[in-house]
Amino acid sequence: MSLRSALGVAVGHGAAHEGVGHWWSQRVSALALAPLTLWLLISLLRLPLSDYAAVVLWLGYGWNPVLLALTLLAACWHSRLGVQVVIEDYVHSAGWKITALLISSAAHLLMVAAGGYAILRLALRVGT
Amino acid sequence: MPPRPLSPHLTIYRRLHTMVLSISHRISGLWLALGLVALVYWLMSAGAGESEYERAVAVFSAWYIKALLLGWLAAFCFHLVNGLRHLLWDAGFGLEKMSARVSARWVVALALTAFLAAACVLFCVQRGAL
Repeated sequence: MSLRSALGVAVGHGAAHEGVGHWWSQRVSALALAPLTLWLLISLLRLPLSDYAAVVLWLGYGWNPVLLALTLLAACWHSRLGVQVVIEDYVHSAGWKITALLISSAAHLLMVAAGGYAILRLALRVGT
Repeated sequence: MPPRPLSPHLTIYRRLHTMVLSISHRISGLWLALGLVALVYWLMSAGAGESEYERAVAVFSAWYIKALLLGWLAAFCFHLVNGLRHLLWDAGFGLEKMSARVSARWVVALALTAFLAAACVLFCVQRGAL
């Protein structure tokens, strides 16, 4: 026997008021991040990181800017979702909770924008 | 409202490494969120030009920043391996009590191996790079 109301089942949003979208989003981004971050880590370990010319060449080479942009986007999205869960679990006052969520979202958005801008600059520089 | 019963009383449970791994996943995740700042800073400095990048290399080569980088590397190795364990759970594998304990040991072993290998490359093979 289910204790859920017929309307609740039909709408499918559950106690979180937004269904299972958040849960799925976190898992799918994790699945994308596993190969992407591994690629980034191995690439960084192989790069002579103090050599500006070599680093810039790598950052703009072939598919690297594309993969880098995807990694940054998936990482910031995954991170935003994770930080959100932590805030919702441990910050109980509504005011502080919303404040913290807004700050976290804005910070993650800023990182996507700033990182994306840098990747674009680097990718376009090599072509010229 | 009358005082309500509190549950669960975490302190009455015998500490299990599965519990430690569970909270470590959160802590390492939060720590990696801060690591994104370092990654974006590195990208921005490379995008801004050679003098900016050289300043960033100087920042990254300070011993306390190196310590932070090692911490992020450790958190990454652990969060990646333990995250794969979580994905396997979500797919319905390894949910029994004993298999969760066994996989916890595997996670620690694999994460530690990956961390030591990566740290070795970063600080021994890439000597002078950072």
